Amino acid sequence: MTRHTLSVLVENKPGVLARVSSLFSRRGFNIHSLAVGPTESPTVSRMTIVVTVEDSEMEQVTKQLNKLVNVLKIVELDTDASVQRELLLIKLKSDLTSRSQVATIVEMFRARIVDVTPDSLTVQAVGTSDKLEALTRMLEPFGVRELVQSGLVALGRGPRSITSTSRGSD
Amino acid sequence: MHPTATPTPTSRANVIPHGPAPATPGADAERLTGAQTVVRTLEELGVEIVFGIPGGAVLPLYDPLLDSTKVRHILVRHEQGAGHAATGYAQATGRVGVCVATSGPGATNLVTPIADAHMDSVPMVIITGQVGRALLGSDGFQEADTCGITMPVTKHNFLVTDPDEIAATIAAAFHLASTGRPGPVLVDIPKDVFQAETTWRWPVQLPLPGYRPTTRPHAGQIATAAAAIVAARRPVLYVGGGVIKSEAHAELMQLAEMTGIPVVTTLMGRGGFPDSHEQHLGMPGMHGTVAAVGALQRSDLIVALGARFDDRVTGQLSSFAPNAAVIHADIDPAEISKNRIADVPIVGDVREVISELITAIAAEQAAGAVSDLTAWWAELDHLRETFPLGYDWPADGTLAPQYVISRIGAIAGPDTVYLAGVGQHQMWAAQFIKYEHPRTWINSGGLGTMGFAVPAAMGAKAGRPDACVWAIDGDGCFQMTNQELATCAIEGLPVKIAVINNGNLGMVRQWQTLFYGERYSATDLGTHKYHIPDFVMLAEALGCKGLRCESKEDVDRVIEEAMATNDRPVVVDFIVGKDAQVWPMVAAGTGNDEIMAARGIRPLFDEE
Repeated sequence: MTRHTLSVLVENKPGVLARVSSLFSRRGFNIHSLAVGPTESPTVSRMTIVVTVEDSEMEQVTKQLNKLVNVLKIVELDTDASVQRELLLIKLKSDLTSRSQVATIVEMFRARIVDVTPDSLTVQAVGTSDKLEALTRMLEPFGVRELVQSGLVALGRGPRSITSTSRGSD
Repeated sequence: MHPTATPTPTSRANVIPHGPAPATPGADAERLTGAQTVVRTLEELGVEIVFGIPGGAVLPLYDPLLDSTKVRHILVRHEQGAGHAATGYAQATGRVGVCVATSGPGATNLVTPIADAHMDSVPMVIITGQVGRALLGSDGFQEADTCGITMPVTKHNFLVTDPDEIAATIAAAFHLASTGRPGPVLVDIPKDVFQAETTWRWPVQLPLPGYRPTTRPHAGQIATAAAAIVAARRPVLYVGGGVIKSEAHAELMQLAEMTGIPVVTTLMGRGGFPDSHEQHLGMPGMHGTVAAVGALQRSDLIVALGARFDDRVTGQLSSFAPNAAVIHADIDPAEISKNRIADVPIVGDVREVISELITAIAAEQAAGAVSDLTAWWAELDHLRETFPLGYDWPADGTLAPQYVISRIGAIAGPDTVYLAGVGQHQMWAAQFIKYEHPRTWINSGGLGTMGFAVPAAMGAKAGRPDACVWAIDGDGCFQMTNQELATCAIEGLPVKIAVINNGNLGMVRQWQTLFYGERYSATDLGTHKYHIPDFVMLAEALGCKGLRCESKEDVDRVIEEAMATNDRPVVVDFIVGKDAQVWPMVAAGTGNDEIMAARGIRPLFDEE
């Protein structure tokens, strides 16, 4: 099983997310994460889907996705040739003594403290899955009250855009 | 050429001109309701017949439908009948089948025929009413999430929330249904969208930026395939339903004859190549001929044309055709290498693929390529001579169902349109009727929907009123959908139904005999034991002629009488033995080499 990152341009219409997730579940493809949001074009949304499948199965994943009428374009993003990021928010127990220790770790990971109360603080971090995992491991000993993490979003490196050739009903 | 060919049988007939919509309607712009827009759009698209049942949410649509002189509505007795009728119509004519139902239960009753059409790639458009926009999502009366429910079993579906989008959406639905790999497309329209006023605009721009099916095959792949075909020593043309859908039968004939390669036709491909042709080995698969199964197993090159390596054809995938390279041509790229890895994948319309293969192979042959298939044919001829299709008469003196079905085929002839339900009678109809033309064999292949035959026959007869239409049905299947015979009687659709009545759910019983120690759990329908129902009386009650046949001597006479009855539908209750079995058979989960020509006889295994 290998992890693959797909960038999928879809029509910005109701129900498209349901079509994609229903396809993955009925075909038995394993979604690791899925993030969807607007793009530079108001009629197009972009999904970043991380799937964990056998390499031989990957061809079926993209072919089946392509059959969805609302899917405009699919590009597989290679880890080395793309910028891949996730967002982490983590709320920790913290008091006078631990707060500076947390701040040091946060500094090391180039994360930020975005909310603070006398007995808690919330850290925001952006990065790759590996970095966020490492940060979480470092912060766990302080006591995690809550944790939330976004799906991965990604863009290919370099000047090229996957959206530029995707439009039109030729 | 097929003498009763339909006037415009290609699926391309429904392509909508991509004219841009006028930016601003003129002063004389016509104002219509949403419902009138639906009817006008159907008329513009050339729809002749829709099958349906009205109800609360589609009432506004049924009002203007009453005034249409171009669109005929056939009032069915159950929505499932409307769906299968649309399939029968589409499969018999090549045009898009259309059905209509109301919201909630009307729509959910259509789920089975929609799933059926999806599995068999049938071009179909379904229009369903929906509760008003204000009620959507509120569990309103007769509300169901029709788009959500049908999403996995449609090619695509739409919920129309803006009356201005009705025409373009329906046009898009027809385009999607009939192009690329055909399939069912559903348009769900809320009641108040039917009632709202809108401006009529035609032609429309199709809102389908993400839909671009590939029809032209890749030239390089064609060249590679042609070279492999002329070099092969043991090639087979594995022909599926795609050949019929793309109207490629004439091209297929040319390809087969110029190469001399043996042909097998799948359950969905029957009729795509004439059974009378000497290169035809019959149907492959679980109940295929020994020669067809053996040809694929021993092949060195399988040329798959509009076929999808279904599990009923391949048996155990790991032991399927172990020495064969595969050329796989299909319009749906996702079918290629889904089950069996293709060595030469070709995405394209199979008619264009075959045409280009013919050109490329002709060039190879002109350059001196000669394929000597003498040894291959000797082996295959030996198989088909040693293990022809056949059957034994039941020891208990009852009527052999295979005999009944082969006599119907012989008497009604190759220009008749034959349909079947699902089970033993379906397999016997696929085996013992000789098909010579495309679109003369219509059945439920992928989903295996019992009850398919009667409503699908109704649809086929509506689409081809001049053709003789015979449905071969079982007594189990017939009891699922026979109420549509009332529709047939009233609407003037004189179909002929042969109920192959063995008193049991025959195919299930056969498996119980073979694999469950003859423990017959829930397979005796009582149609023999109690004569309930009496199919002759039932037929008469439904406005049909009812006939019964219990002995071999009466078979021809009764079939002739049914053939002579054209003023109303006919149902013939053929009382047959319950122990007849479908052979050959590849048992589920085993490899094709284990095919049994009859119980205990394993030709491929024994010869090796």
